[in-house]
Amino acid sequence: MQNIPIEKFQITGLNENSMEAASRPQVGYLRDAWMRLRKNKVATASLILLFVIVLMVMIGPKLSGYAFEQIDKTARNAAPCAKHWFGTDKLGRDIFARVWISGRVSLTIGVLGALICAVIGCIYGGIAAYFGGAVDTVMMRIVEILISVPYLIVVIVFSLVLQSKGILTLILAMTITGWCTMARFVRAQMLAIKNEEYILAAQALGVRPWKVILRHMIPNTLSTVIVSITFDIPGYIFSEAFLSYIGLGIQPPNTSWGVMASSAQSVFTFYPYQLFFPAVMIALTMLCFTLLGDGLRDALDPKLRK
Amino acid sequence: MNNQLIEVKDLCKYFPAGKGNTLKAVDHVNLTINRGETLGLVGESGCGKTTCGRTILKLYQPTAGQVIFDGKDISGLKGKELLKFKKRAQIIFQDPYSSLDPRMTIGEIIAEGMDVHCNYNKKERDAKVAELLNSVGMKEDYANRFAHELSGGQRQRVGIARALAVDPDFIVCDEPISALDVSIQAQVVNLLIKLQRERGLTYLFISHDLSMVRHISDRVGVMYLGSLVEMTGSGEIFAHPLHPYTKVLMSAIPVADPEANGSEEELEIKGEVPSPVHAPSGCKFRTRCSYATDICAQEVPELREVTEGHFVACHHCGESGEQQKNA
Amino acid sequence: MEKILEVNNLQVSFHTYAGDVKAVRGVSFELEKGETLAFVGESGCGKTVTAKAIMRLLQPPFAEIKKESKIMYQDKDVMKMSKKELQAYRGNDVGMIFQDPMTSLNPTMTIGKQIMESLMLHRKLDKKQAREEAIEMLRVVKISDAEKRVDDYPHQLSGGMRQRVMIAIALSCNPALLIADEPTTALDVTIQAQIMRLLGDLKKERDTAIILVTHDLGVVANFADRIQVMYAGQIIERGTAKEIFYHAKHPYTWALLASVPKLDTENKGELYALKGTPPDLILEMNHCPFADRCEYCMGICRETMPEETLVDGTHRVSCWLQHPSAPRVQSYYEKCGVREHE
Repeated sequence: MQNIPIEKFQITGLNENSMEAASRPQVGYLRDAWMRLRKNKVATASLILLFVIVLMVMIGPKLSGYAFEQIDKTARNAAPCAKHWFGTDKLGRDIFARVWISGRVSLTIGVLGALICAVIGCIYGGIAAYFGGAVDTVMMRIVEILISVPYLIVVIVFSLVLQSKGILTLILAMTITGWCTMARFVRAQMLAIKNEEYILAAQALGVRPWKVILRHMIPNTLSTVIVSITFDIPGYIFSEAFLSYIGLGIQPPNTSWGVMASSAQSVFTFYPYQLFFPAVMIALTMLCFTLLGDGLRDALDPKLRK
Repeated sequence: MNNQLIEVKDLCKYFPAGKGNTLKAVDHVNLTINRGETLGLVGESGCGKTTCGRTILKLYQPTAGQVIFDGKDISGLKGKELLKFKKRAQIIFQDPYSSLDPRMTIGEIIAEGMDVHCNYNKKERDAKVAELLNSVGMKEDYANRFAHELSGGQRQRVGIARALAVDPDFIVCDEPISALDVSIQAQVVNLLIKLQRERGLTYLFISHDLSMVRHISDRVGVMYLGSLVEMTGSGEIFAHPLHPYTKVLMSAIPVADPEANGSEEELEIKGEVPSPVHAPSGCKFRTRCSYATDICAQEVPELREVTEGHFVACHHCGESGEQQKNA
Repeated sequence: MEKILEVNNLQVSFHTYAGDVKAVRGVSFELEKGETLAFVGESGCGKTVTAKAIMRLLQPPFAEIKKESKIMYQDKDVMKMSKKELQAYRGNDVGMIFQDPMTSLNPTMTIGKQIMESLMLHRKLDKKQAREEAIEMLRVVKISDAEKRVDDYPHQLSGGMRQRVMIAIALSCNPALLIADEPTTALDVTIQAQIMRLLGDLKKERDTAIILVTHDLGVVANFADRIQVMYAGQIIERGTAKEIFYHAKHPYTWALLASVPKLDTENKGELYALKGTPPDLILEMNHCPFADRCEYCMGICRETMPEETLVDGTHRVSCWLQHPSAPRVQSYYEKCGVREHE
């Protein structure tokens, strides 16, 4: 202890630079969330699987060399073999090609439906939460009325009125009341954010209401909305499959997983593989989205940030 | 020129509290704030000091009463006039964690007010942000960071810079130091005093930390259950508190001196603050006051000037300022 | 005097994605029976973590008490206790009060039941005895109408009352040690004064040792026997209350004392304020952790960790200014004219 050179005991005082430098490497919000998502093995596996499904939906139909509506008269109800990887249906159409084409329809409806509902729900819920009071009460009563209408009736009415049963009609029919749950969810989220002091600060600065919603309230609900979209997608995929299955959805020659399952159901006892493939696709996609949503929720939760 | 910047007359702010009850958060408060001075507002939690500050800024619509800012009644202001008032009167918040939007960069947060009130182009705007960051003692390169990357004290500085960005005359400091550590509190208080000197700002400094309030304020008002019970110069209120509540409050301040307590007799207060929804009739402090008599239950004491510049709302404060104990 | 707690080289880390946060870095101290010890420091200095570590309340896998750490309660090694032993230790030997009386009580149970719970578990009382004892405990913490209040739910009580209930629960099994983690931070000044007075009375009556964790030097001034000032996970200065308040030796302690306005500070005068912020606890530190913010920083301070040196009696400080070769400095704090006590 005595052999420390005396120069070391000169008072050097504060060093402004070193004061600021001593902070940890910054981890951004998204990067941090991404790292946490990647640590979650189940969510990562789901993400990869979903990626594969989307890729196959895009390029799959080209791989087998058959168009989805092309009829092979020599091979009706053929079992899976080298020629037809997933077999053929009763008209001799290649199931492999049809599964991916159907996937396009099902995924489009799932993703588009959830997105449309999210956008409408965000705006509606945001307005209700921000203005509060009478506006909020009226807007929420409307939502409650809409929610209480059974959506099967809405779908039937829509297909009758519009005289069509295409993708657009189906999306329209499902989103016309579907946004209501999202609106309620967003409103609850925004009511919590509304009490944060930065909103009050913006109001004190005289920032206009719509700008407060756009700049503060929406970005801060976005992560929870993304999670809820991921959870909603499988619901829409299943609804589509269900509607098509009972004949209210997509009509032949167009096809979807629901349509395929529906037509395979009559010959299920003889050719189980015809039902197996679309059913597995529906189940797999829904499961993946749900598990991914679970992982996203954990990853984006700001409370888990350290 | 009129020396008063703000005059608050009979200001009330009531909130519905369910079952037909009302919560009288601010109940007939009268006060004035002179140009360039700091008025401290102290009281325990739930006494309405924060609501009072926000109602003065018109963040809450007053239930009754007037706020006159620079000769103009602000309660009727709309549109452009209101925007003009908002440019001149700003607020700093208590919680440095919830008062900054986590999704915005520091630069965007500070520039938010400028975007509303000033037509700067991008270059001017960036220059102004850098200047503001420097004036609150931070480096310019913080403009691109996010709030969660900063410490509590730095966040509070950003909050101050955001308020300063529109060049206000008056700032409500709503418990700006309560959530900070002791050594950081001193930084922020020094900064506020420095900015007041440089820019001639007027502060309404709301806090429950009595020693800090005494340090920063010219005059101090004490609130209890929505009413102002005493108001006078900051030295006077500590040296000669008159209202029984103020006396108790002053004696409860912990003193950082191991030997201080023996000499001074500590006043103990009975019970706890009653609910503001069912505030006692007459003088609201009477249920805990050792001087309370019949008149305290019947009549609301008016805030009156006992000695020059020393206002007290108590029935038992004689001209001498001492309570007469009536059994 | 009988030693009841001995902590040796306590080290605690929290695992995060950015790396390990070393929140407590080699804290050692002893506590005697009936003694009051205060941990003072700013947020993130490791004072609460130390208190929780003594109770073994830190949750693995996020928090880890390093193997080198040793915590001895009387003759028992706390680090080696089984689940069952820990349960007995937490209720019977050591009680704890937390900062927020709102969240530390169960909102769906009456306060009486919550006090009875620990009485029935640890003291093996039957229901009737436990209820009587619970009422008695409420009287001890000076809650009026204890017979009626015992059936109240937490939301029916004010903040101060809830903190009294917490104290009643912590003391119900008559522990030899009470750990109070910022017990008055969430309360108003008048209530704070009430609670501190209550703790002071209880300490005298029951001869309970108390570890008080706080950031407010004012609160501990006439309450604690000994004070330990913490900074960046280390104890940088320790001594009796008088030694710390009148003869502080560490520049950080000076700053803590000087940054609070005194009655005689000039109105709107500049307060002594430390520059910068405490160091990030993720970083390894092999020099004085306070060096970057210290006015009196010397070359050696940025190179080597100072050792704890004995000033006199029980007063110890970790600062290079104590080295015989170091210059004598007069602190800002002393310049402000603090009365000297002999």
